[in-house]
Amino acid sequence: MVLIRDLAVQGVQMTLVLLLAPLLTGIVRKVKARLLRRRGPPVIQPYRDLIRLMRKEAVLAVNASWLFRAVPYLVFAATWVAAALVPTFATGLLFSWSADLIAIIALLGSARFFLALAGMDVGTSFGGIGSSREAMIASLAEPAMIMIIFVLALIAGSTQLSIIAEFMLSLAAGLRVSLGLALIALILVAIAENSRIPVDNPATHLELTMVHEAMVLEYSGRHLALIELAASLKLLLYMSLIACVFVPWGLAPMDSAWEAYALGGIAYLGKLLCGGVALAIFETSIAKMRVFRVPAFLGAALMLGLLGALLRFVSGSF
Amino acid sequence: MHGLAFDIAHLLAGGLVLVSLMMLYQDRLPALINVFALHAILLAASVTWQANIQHEPYLYVTAVIALGFKGFVIPIALRRMIVRLGIHREIETVVGIGPTMLAGIALVALAMVVMLRVTAQADPLAREDLAFALSVLLLGLLMMVTRRNAVGQVLGFMSLENGLILAATGAKGMPLVVEISVAFSVLIAFIVIGIFLFRIRERFDTVDIQALDRFRGERP
Amino acid sequence: MALGFSLWCAAALLALGVVAVLLARNRFATTIIYSASLLLTLALLGNALIHLITNAAPETTILPLGLPWVGAHFRLDALAAAFLILVNLGAAGASFYGLGYGRHEISPSRVLPFYPVFLAGMNLVVQADDAFSFLLSWEFMSLSSWALVMAHHRVPENRHAGYVYILMASFGTLALILAFGLLAGPEGNYAFDAIRARAQTQGAWPVLMLVLIGAGSKAGLVPLHVWLPLAHPAAPSHVSALMSGVMTKVAVYAFVRILFDLSGSPDWWWGLMVLSIGGGTAVMGVLHALMEQDLKRVLAYSTIENIGIVFVGLGLAMAFQANALPDAAALAFTAALFHAFNHTLFKSLLFFGAGAVLSATGERNMEHLGGLIHRMPVTTIAVLTGCVAISALPPLNGFASEWLTFQAILLSPELPQWGLKIMVPANGALLALAAALAAACFIRLFGVSFLGRPRKPVAEQAHEVDIWSRTAMAIFAALCLLAGALPGFVIDALAPVVQAVTGSHMPAQTTIDWFSIVPIAASRSSYNGLLVLLFIALSAALTAYLVHLFASKSVRRAPPWDCGFPDPRPVTQYSAGSFSQPIRRVFGTLIFQEREQVFMPPPGDMRPARFHVELRDLVWEFLYAPISGAVSVTADRLNVLQFLTIRRYLSLVFLALVSLLLVLAIWS
Repeated sequence: MVLIRDLAVQGVQMTLVLLLAPLLTGIVRKVKARLLRRRGPPVIQPYRDLIRLMRKEAVLAVNASWLFRAVPYLVFAATWVAAALVPTFATGLLFSWSADLIAIIALLGSARFFLALAGMDVGTSFGGIGSSREAMIASLAEPAMIMIIFVLALIAGSTQLSIIAEFMLSLAAGLRVSLGLALIALILVAIAENSRIPVDNPATHLELTMVHEAMVLEYSGRHLALIELAASLKLLLYMSLIACVFVPWGLAPMDSAWEAYALGGIAYLGKLLCGGVALAIFETSIAKMRVFRVPAFLGAALMLGLLGALLRFVSGSF
Repeated sequence: MHGLAFDIAHLLAGGLVLVSLMMLYQDRLPALINVFALHAILLAASVTWQANIQHEPYLYVTAVIALGFKGFVIPIALRRMIVRLGIHREIETVVGIGPTMLAGIALVALAMVVMLRVTAQADPLAREDLAFALSVLLLGLLMMVTRRNAVGQVLGFMSLENGLILAATGAKGMPLVVEISVAFSVLIAFIVIGIFLFRIRERFDTVDIQALDRFRGERP
Repeated sequence: MALGFSLWCAAALLALGVVAVLLARNRFATTIIYSASLLLTLALLGNALIHLITNAAPETTILPLGLPWVGAHFRLDALAAAFLILVNLGAAGASFYGLGYGRHEISPSRVLPFYPVFLAGMNLVVQADDAFSFLLSWEFMSLSSWALVMAHHRVPENRHAGYVYILMASFGTLALILAFGLLAGPEGNYAFDAIRARAQTQGAWPVLMLVLIGAGSKAGLVPLHVWLPLAHPAAPSHVSALMSGVMTKVAVYAFVRILFDLSGSPDWWWGLMVLSIGGGTAVMGVLHALMEQDLKRVLAYSTIENIGIVFVGLGLAMAFQANALPDAAALAFTAALFHAFNHTLFKSLLFFGAGAVLSATGERNMEHLGGLIHRMPVTTIAVLTGCVAISALPPLNGFASEWLTFQAILLSPELPQWGLKIMVPANGALLALAAALAAACFIRLFGVSFLGRPRKPVAEQAHEVDIWSRTAMAIFAALCLLAGALPGFVIDALAPVVQAVTGSHMPAQTTIDWFSIVPIAASRSSYNGLLVLLFIALSAALTAYLVHLFASKSVRRAPPWDCGFPDPRPVTQYSAGSFSQPIRRVFGTLIFQEREQVFMPPPGDMRPARFHVELRDLVWEFLYAPISGAVSVTADRLNVLQFLTIRRYLSLVFLALVSLLLVLAIWS
């Protein structure tokens, strides 16, 4: 019985993240449009886009290889597996012991590796520009993320995300300096990893301003739909991560009753809404940086993470 | 001892170190002045919180002085001054941002090691605040060393002062009269430096230190 | 028994070298030598594997070779068995690969005699039990690999590489001789048992320095790494795989044997020093790799990076041991050994792939390749597996060992010394930076060489390589996958070694449900490579099935979109230099003093614009160039001694005699 319930919770989590990801993207776009005094597309437009793209024929370049065709499925699978392991409405997921926070971030790194390879596959300069800039951004964002993970692990005593979430829920952590530094660094890294303004513009098709869009320029049809869905899932994953670590109230602990799970679900929807609106406001109020200012942006996140980890090493009360 | 009071004091002191690091990498003067204003506001918040948990009402006065002078009066005056000097559009870096930030982190580590080792028997709240204060001090010195513009060096000096005030309030109280005299001496020093800057600017049309070295014959 | 068997196999390898000289002109020489090496190394591998798995007791023997009153001591214990497995796995793979690759060798008589001697030397180093046989085998290893580096001696770069290599190798051996001299002490008993019994700890830091110079230069630690990117690419590809994948691990063995086993318990600052050198080496290695265009040179610099990661683990183990934390030391040491094993697997695989590309196209320069995925399918899949593994991506083996290293770093706040408290998180950040840059480096290597469009006609006409090479690559790729999905087995196999060296071992992993690994406690961290692999595979398959069923599965081929302006010339795609340009701009100004210059001709001038990038190797300029300059200057000055008159020579002898007598008179 317990096993069936745990399996059901994990299954609900997996489908929930998949269903909510386009909605989150739609909310962000709608709020951005409203802030710019436009009416904007309806909130469910991303679902319509995905269905439309899925039905279309995929157009491949004549020299695209089998890797190009396989990458969308790999990227989507890696991102979905990672997103299914981040607590959204409940901690203590059935398979949370199979991959800790380091493994979840490394799964996203795998997805990025294959996407960058796909960008180089057709042999155009756009793909190369996207892949090389993505590699530069990743070379700074990943160490920053690892340092943030160190800070969280040193505070909570574990790298398992469920255990970290439960620790933060129990308020045993308090308001620590290193947690504050980790929060700021995590927000900076999340913006960079999800290709949001000020690092990259998700709505542009100008070669000088794009990173993620340049890598997927040659994709169409169902392949493009899977990659877009994976990008939305990644945004959802980072928001769920920030929510479950820094705003954990509402998370249902392990072996709760159905009411606790329902309450957790409602709290989660509320957190997503707030996060989406906050992201839209942030993106509208700031301009995109030049590509070679991004290392300074991410270097700041790395320094913050390093400072937080240093403080934790130096004394247990920081 | 441990608890919310402890944590908030640490958060504010840590925020001050963070803003000092932010001041290191600013390369435009108006932004630098804004960040310095934020530095002073955070200092005022930290001193207010210390006044609250140490139950020393005269620290509130210190906080108001810090907020008023360094948070509003001095930044506004400096902004006007740089517009009149015409240097508000300059971009400056002496050493690149990367090495400067690495040096900043190394200095914070050094300050932590020294302070926490030397004060092993003291009250934990006080010694960790002192460690943060020493970091702010060293970062202010680093800022003075890596800036080319005299206004930037003055701001570095003033952030160093902020570190000293943080140390003094963290160590459970400092007499008010000393605090007022320090504040006034800073104000007077600022006025004097301002007058000098005007004089230098009038004579040489620049306040760039490297240009001054050229005029003094120290640089070809 | 096991020791005797492995010594006989090593002797047979030495004899095989002699046989190769005799068979030099024979048509089947290549096949005979490589098959015989394969069989012997497989026998050695099986022997060592049995010894390690059954946790057998250490065996020693004394052979009546060498100096008559000393003999040659040999020993087979858990540490030796683990490294024997590593050495012979790499050697068996290289021999198997050589069966196919060796046929393309233009001067086999320069390669075949030295190859088995190289293998024998490495096997004997790992089993040596006294300083004399250790150093003799070490020299066998160095000299035979030097001969292999000089196999294509008509190419000037290879001659330069060989020169630098023999210089650094001799210098390293000198350092090791001095280290053994210090360890043996005034009695001069060089047997390892006697040295272990002496076990001095105070004043032993010169031994640390000498071993870091001697073993560190062979492993490739910065700043003693300069020979590695010159020598490893110069040798034939299977020998490069051996040098990068196996010989560097023999150097790690020397380091572990001397500093963990023979010289008593380390000081905490030894750990700090080794850790910091490891972190710096990792970042420097991968940054250099990102700037190179030669396939093999990229792989050689990447070896330097991975050795840095291994030494970070070893430094942590030293620090933990010095502070009497044996469980944490066991975790760090296991992580280091696991990473060394993984590196042998994926580096050999990548060098085999580079060799395949070289024999298919004749090109080593990435800027001349491209589009090989269409022409060489098996090689592509194998090299892709190697690239994913070396970039530390789940679910392959590189991630499992990096994960263990990070878990060891997370245990470090228990260390009380301040230096460690500051340097461990700093080196953790360096390690994370090196891992991210390694992923960028291998995206670049795979993307430029195998994907895209062919940049030169040789790449267009490439063909797949022979069955032996393909099988060797496939076996190593499968091993990478297995080690990544089932890391618990490797960790448990290493447990006897870790127990012998650090006094504790990680909890048993194979008994945990579902093949997870739990390094410390389940509440702290756990990882299951097999489940991650299955999840990804199932999700991808399910998605593909559902999409093809319900949505669409039609495909149409068309010219590339390229934003509406496709250019058919392959030169418009990204090259290796352009891919690394953002990273070069970010990290290059500090590390390489990078300068970019653009020469634009004025309008109307028909000359092409020129883009000039200047990178300087600061280690060479500030360490090696001054030393070699000083040596030249001194040699020139001392040259005058060649041309003295007879009277002057006699007065030199007279002066020497008088000064020695003076010393005897004054010194009591």
